[in-house]
Formats: sequence, C-alpha cells, structure tokens
Amino acid sequence: MNEYIYYPGCSAKSNAKHYEESILPVFKEIGIKLNEMEDWNCCGATASLSVDKTKAFAINGRILSIAEKAGKDIVAPCAACYLTLKKSNQFFMSKTEEAKKILKDLESAGCEYKGTVKVNHPLGLFTDEIGLEEIKKKVKRKLTGLRVACYYGCQVVRPYTDFDDPDYPVRLDNLMKAIGAEPVDYSAKTRCCGGSLTANIEEAGLMLNYILLKEAKRKGADAIVTICPLCLFNLEITQDKIVKKYKNDVKIPILFFSQLMGLAFDIPKEDLGFSRSMISLKPMWEKLGNGGTNE
Amino acid sequence: MEIQEKIKYEEELDKNFFDEIKEKSGCDEISQCIQCGTCSGSCPMAVYMDYSPRKIIAMIKSGFKDEVLKSFTPWLCASCYSCQVRCPSNIKITDVMYALKRKAIKEKIYPSRFSIPVMDKEMHKILTNNGRSSEVWLMLNLFLKTRNPLGLIKMAPLGLSLMKTGRMSLKKESIKNKKQLRKLLKAVKEGTK
Repeated sequence: MNEYIYYPGCSAKSNAKHYEESILPVFKEIGIKLNEMEDWNCCGATASLSVDKTKAFAINGRILSIAEKAGKDIVAPCAACYLTLKKSNQFFMSKTEEAKKILKDLESAGCEYKGTVKVNHPLGLFTDEIGLEEIKKKVKRKLTGLRVACYYGCQVVRPYTDFDDPDYPVRLDNLMKAIGAEPVDYSAKTRCCGGSLTANIEEAGLMLNYILLKEAKRKGADAIVTICPLCLFNLEITQDKIVKKYKNDVKIPILFFSQLMGLAFDIPKEDLGFSRSMISLKPMWEKLGNGGTNE
Repeated sequence: MEIQEKIKYEEELDKNFFDEIKEKSGCDEISQCIQCGTCSGSCPMAVYMDYSPRKIIAMIKSGFKDEVLKSFTPWLCASCYSCQVRCPSNIKITDVMYALKRKAIKEKIYPSRFSIPVMDKEMHKILTNNGRSSEVWLMLNLFLKTRNPLGLIKMAPLGLSLMKTGRMSLKKESIKNKKQLRKLLKAVKEGTK
C-alpha cells in the first residue's frame, strides 16, 4: 500500500513542528502519500490511562474508526501515539466484556470499529516495508562523516512493536547507515528519558537525561537522533541545567531522524525545520561542509 | 516514650485488594510473581521510589492496600515498559501501575500537591472536553492546581526558547465534532457505573 492516514498527535502541531515539517517531505520523496486524518482527537498518552481506562480506550477507538472508515492504515510518528493506538487495538481485539462494551458505545456514537486498522511507525515502514535498498536509491547526498547516536527511547520499541528488538533495536542504526551517516555504538539507546515525568521532577529528569547525553558524547557522536517528540524535547530542554549541575559540557544537537533523511534526499534544509533546534547546529554543519550556518 | 508498632497483623490486611488489582489491570499473571527483582533492576526510576516495583507486587499480593495506594511508586512510573518486556512471569507491570494510579485517584488518596497525578487529571480533562490537548493551557492549569507560582516563573526560560524557535502554540486546540465526542464519553460513562 502506498497511501496511509497520517495521525500527527498534539506534539507535531506544537513543540515538535519540525517532526511534521521533515517527515511529510520525506514520505513524499519516497513516493508514499500521507493524508492527515480528518478531525483527529488526541490519544491521551499516559495521562488518560492513569485516570480513566474506559474513556482512554474510547477516545482511541474514535481515532481508529476514522481510519477504518477511510479504509487506510495509520502512520503515527509520535512514540506515545503509536504505543497508545497499538495498545488500544490490542485491547479491542481481546474480546473481553469490557472491550465489547466500549466497541458498542463507539458504534452508538457513530464511530463503529471492526478492528481492521494497522498502526505503523515511520521507522518500521521505512526499514521493513519499503526497505533500505529503496531508501538508498533516494539518497542524493550522503551524510558522510556525521557520527550519530541513535536513540529509540521506550515506547516505539516496547512493548508492542513488531519490527525491532525491545532492548537492543538496530533499525534506526541501519537506516542512518543507509543515508551515509555513521551510527556510534550507543548503549543507552533504549534507556528512558523520563517521559512526562522529566518536566515535573527535575532532579530525576536531569539525572536520566544526563546519562543519555553523556553516553552519546563519550562515544563521540555529533548529534543524537530520535524517533520520538518527547525524547527530543526532554533531551533539549535539560541540557543547560545539566551542564550547570554536573559541570560537564554535554551539549549536543538533538534531531529527528526524518530531518537527516531529508538532508540526505537533498530536500532544502530550510524546509526541514532545522531552525527550530534549541541547540547550536554549527559544529554539525561544519562537519557536513555546509558553510556553518545555523539554519 | 511509646514504642511505635510496625507490625501489620493479618486481619488488618485487605484480602480483596489483590483480586481487585488483578481485575482492574487485566493482569492475572501477578499471581505468578517469583520476586526475582528483574523489574526493580530494570526500572530507571526505582532509585526515586519509596517501594521498588518488586516490593509493590509483593505488597499487592499480601493486601497492603493503604501502603500501596499512598505510595509514590505508581506515579513515578514513566511507562517505559522495561520491566514489562523483561518479566520472566509475563506480568504486565506497567498496566498494574496504571491500575494503581486509577484506584488512587478514584479513592482520592493520591498526593494532591504532587504534580504528576494533577497533570494527568488536567490533561485528561482538557482532552475529554475539547478532544485535543493544548500544552500552554495545561501547564497554566497545572501550576494553579498545585499552587506553585514559583514553578511558573522557573518555566519562563523554557517558554522563551520555545517561542524563539516557533514551537509554542497559545491556541486552544479543539476538534470540530465535539458533539460526537461528548456522546461517546457519555455512553462509556453510563456503562461503567
């Protein structure tokens, strides 16, 4: 299938605009059509599940039903959306009394859901559906010499993923190799960034993110590449405080994998949201021989 | 000086608690816990918890209802699912933590000025009212509810960075078909009572 429904989620419309800005042109270049879901609602992420299970699954049922009506599978670039939608799908398919009841309620509200929608993450689509050979054909400018720490975080690889290992995944590393970058052996690749806790409990948040930044620096990475908006957010906003607290210069650019793919596909870098980085990208541009402008 | 009693007698334990959590989390496997501690060893937040995940499971099984529901542990779970994918007994530990959070909120015994349960509740409220979340409004509500104006001031540099990079939206987001959402949530609510 080369047409999917794009489920952006709330981050792609606010703090992670550059995820959307880069993933859409990358899909276009690969030749896959993405249509943004009509009148989508939020997935509730970890919050709704902590408050009200039935409502949490019901609002996800609405999302899945919109895709089913359109007859298309979902692409969800945000890790939390991806996990929550997959979790909901599994819940509905469990055929428990609880699940049957919510499916009935969905039907009564005009959101009937039969369970035919597959939820995909762009990473799995790129590496396993399209394949790295096809990706390589699109590369016009190899990112030679750029050392990247591939950071998968939690919720794409755990616990519902069907395309990679939950503890030591390799798909993103392989994808980065395919576009000419050099992935470092990043042992913290699936360690948690604290998720929504990082903004709330500073002490814990700084420690968790320090581990991630320090390990990337130690391995000589020029940038950390993420597949999750919240990972990127946490790794960016904690850097100044971490440098101050731990007296260790661990400043490093945090990028979406789609931004680097776009760069390798020779999509103008102005169109890939690089200007939204809170961290200076100057050393990275210099390394890539790009004039050293922080655009 | 009075000697503090630390012993809990069997009759003080809540014998139904275990079954209730099993049902609410949809996880019968809790019974199979072998207390190996893989969960606690995998947990990136365990060092900050009052009871480690392994202890929480043991306490659920024994019926230490009050201690478990008053604990910070469920609220410190970041939902990273490390414990869950590694558990040799296939216990869905993250789902157990969710069940504990919901029960603590329902029984109103969560730490009320601790920002995490408040944030979850506020976000859920915004979502169920409008269908979409709006970060700035969520943060504002959060600081009001936790009575923490200093926290808001501390957030100013972050707000500035987000504004500079065009990553802050002040718009109150909403879906078009709110009527449908309300109908759905009403139907769901009626069934669970």
